[in-house]
Amino acid sequence: MAEPTLEIHDLSIGVGPHNVVDGVDFDIGRGEIVALVGESGSGKSLTALSIMGLLSGSVRQTGGTATLAGNALDLDNDHAMRKLRGTALSMIFQEPVASLNPLLSVGAQVSESLVVHGRASRAEAWDRAVEMLREVGIPAPEQRARQFPSELSGGMCQRVMIASALIAEPRLLIADEPTTALDVTIQAQILDLMRRLRDETDTSVLIITHDMGVVASVADRVCVMYGGRIVEQAEVHELFSAPRHPYTKLLLATIPRLTGERKSELFSISGMVPDVASWPEGCRFRTRCPLATDRCATRPPLEAAGAGEGHLAACWHSDKVEDLA
Amino acid sequence: MSAPLLSVRGLKVHFPVATGRLFAEKPVVRAVDGVDFDLAEGETLGIVGESGCGKSTTGNAILGLAPVTEGEILFDGRDVAGLTGRDRQALWRDLQVVFQDPVSALDPKRTIAQSIAEPLEIHGVARASRKARVDELMELVGLRATQRDRYPNELSGGQRQRVVIARALALEPRVVICDEAVSALDVSIQSQVLNLLLRLQRDLGLSYLFISHDLSVVRHIADRIAVMYLGTVAEEAPTDELFRRPLHPYTEALLAAVPLPDPVAERAKTARPLQGDVPNPMDMPPGCPFAARCPLREEGCDQIRPQPIEVGPGHRLACHVREREITGSSALDRQGT
Repeated sequence: MAEPTLEIHDLSIGVGPHNVVDGVDFDIGRGEIVALVGESGSGKSLTALSIMGLLSGSVRQTGGTATLAGNALDLDNDHAMRKLRGTALSMIFQEPVASLNPLLSVGAQVSESLVVHGRASRAEAWDRAVEMLREVGIPAPEQRARQFPSELSGGMCQRVMIASALIAEPRLLIADEPTTALDVTIQAQILDLMRRLRDETDTSVLIITHDMGVVASVADRVCVMYGGRIVEQAEVHELFSAPRHPYTKLLLATIPRLTGERKSELFSISGMVPDVASWPEGCRFRTRCPLATDRCATRPPLEAAGAGEGHLAACWHSDKVEDLA
Repeated sequence: MSAPLLSVRGLKVHFPVATGRLFAEKPVVRAVDGVDFDLAEGETLGIVGESGCGKSTTGNAILGLAPVTEGEILFDGRDVAGLTGRDRQALWRDLQVVFQDPVSALDPKRTIAQSIAEPLEIHGVARASRKARVDELMELVGLRATQRDRYPNELSGGQRQRVVIARALALEPRVVICDEAVSALDVSIQSQVLNLLLRLQRDLGLSYLFISHDLSVVRHIADRIAVMYLGTVAEEAPTDELFRRPLHPYTEALLAAVPLPDPVAERAKTARPLQGDVPNPMDMPPGCPFAARCPLREEGCDQIRPQPIEVGPGHRLACHVREREITGSSALDRQGT
């Protein structure tokens, strides 16, 4: 494979005395869509924010490295990261309406990164913005560019966010729960758009989500996070058909489906997602895991498991996961 | 079937919109615009639809939290629309609600036991029997007795929702309206709460009006489903029938849009996603509210409002084009042109 767009090695992020992200490794190839999936508190959003250099206050990177297209990222250096945000790196968020400036026209916001980084004059940037709005499927973009976010629906605002994220042709787009706040028919449109743009522009995408349906719909590869660590990583079809970490397997089993038995007892994972202060030693899932043994008090390495290339799992008992549930 | 416990007939909830102009006629948002359904004892009716379809407003109107502009809400045969004061309070004994966000539903300064006891207190249950009832309710929803004196911020989201459910059940209601009751919970917790709701229904004979945007969840829990679009019921059917034979083009689009947690099935989808946005509810066409986005639209659809017709046992549908396919004619053919 050619050089990956993004390489994350041993990334840790601390809040106070705790590492809420604890030694995370993954990479994203050119034009690849990687999903980071997990429940609240798994560390998936902080991982994304750190790659953008957007950690602040008491939340800081405590270890690890990030490389973008072969160049090391100095995540703590705000000045250096600022130059990359809106050029090589872009991000879209869950709440498109809250993420846009209500006092700036849509056209001004989409063209902003070109103007700020001195890559085009205001007039050129405006024309590019109108083109970009057309590309993300906004009807009558010339008129829409002159409107304000309050005049657009939530789905349209997310298209505007995507247009402004992609106008500078970033190498990596980070999408944090990009469709969670949207209605399901609008979500389908946005997922469709993300796939199409990836095919057309070869942009690499890191999508952060809790929704296994969204993962199945757009991701090429999946990293499952639990308790601040990646517990499993696999190609998307293999992850769904032959998961090798008990958490992944059980998570997939708990989701109500559109087919199958109704009103039956749903499978559920006992206990709750533990708070960072009460994460157990060793494997963090072991307190809820039906396969746990004494051995699990030692942290299992993320290592090859399963048949597919690049399928990794952090579990001492990954060979027994198949028989679970 | 016996008489329904809860019946909604021709329900309309219209909200005036402030324009800032003093003498101008105020436009109205027709949040709910003619909704009918029944809920039988021990049954779950799911109401699904996207934001702005009026599903929550329908629930709020039943609860007396939104003004009823027109129509009847019959509880056990009695019209309860517009009840206030003492009469409304008495109704809480039979009719309760669980909302989406357990954080804002609980008073941060009350302990778990105090929150659960509150309805008992208001309805004059003696202090002595309250404690026993609270313990019983906590056990019923799977909370530990040691959590009695905890405060909401010491609990996880799933546990807080259990507290809200316990409180809703304190007065032994017959109907519980669940408005996005599991939507804010993590996936692994969501299935625990769904299991709890199903068990409580079996044990206590509760009826649920289960309002949600999540079709997979509603399919799992509901006996029948009403699909709403812009204040009207587009289609209503027994759950299996709706998924096997969706007839309204909006139902079809909605089912097709749900991302399936299965990459093979998901990537085999060929249907193009439904285009366009939900129109502005202040600027609605007189006809079918779905006409502007409908792939089956014919001339006249946006002018004549389709009336629901029965197309099978418990299966109702409001669509001119499908009505003609099934019955041979529709209101479109009868227009005076």
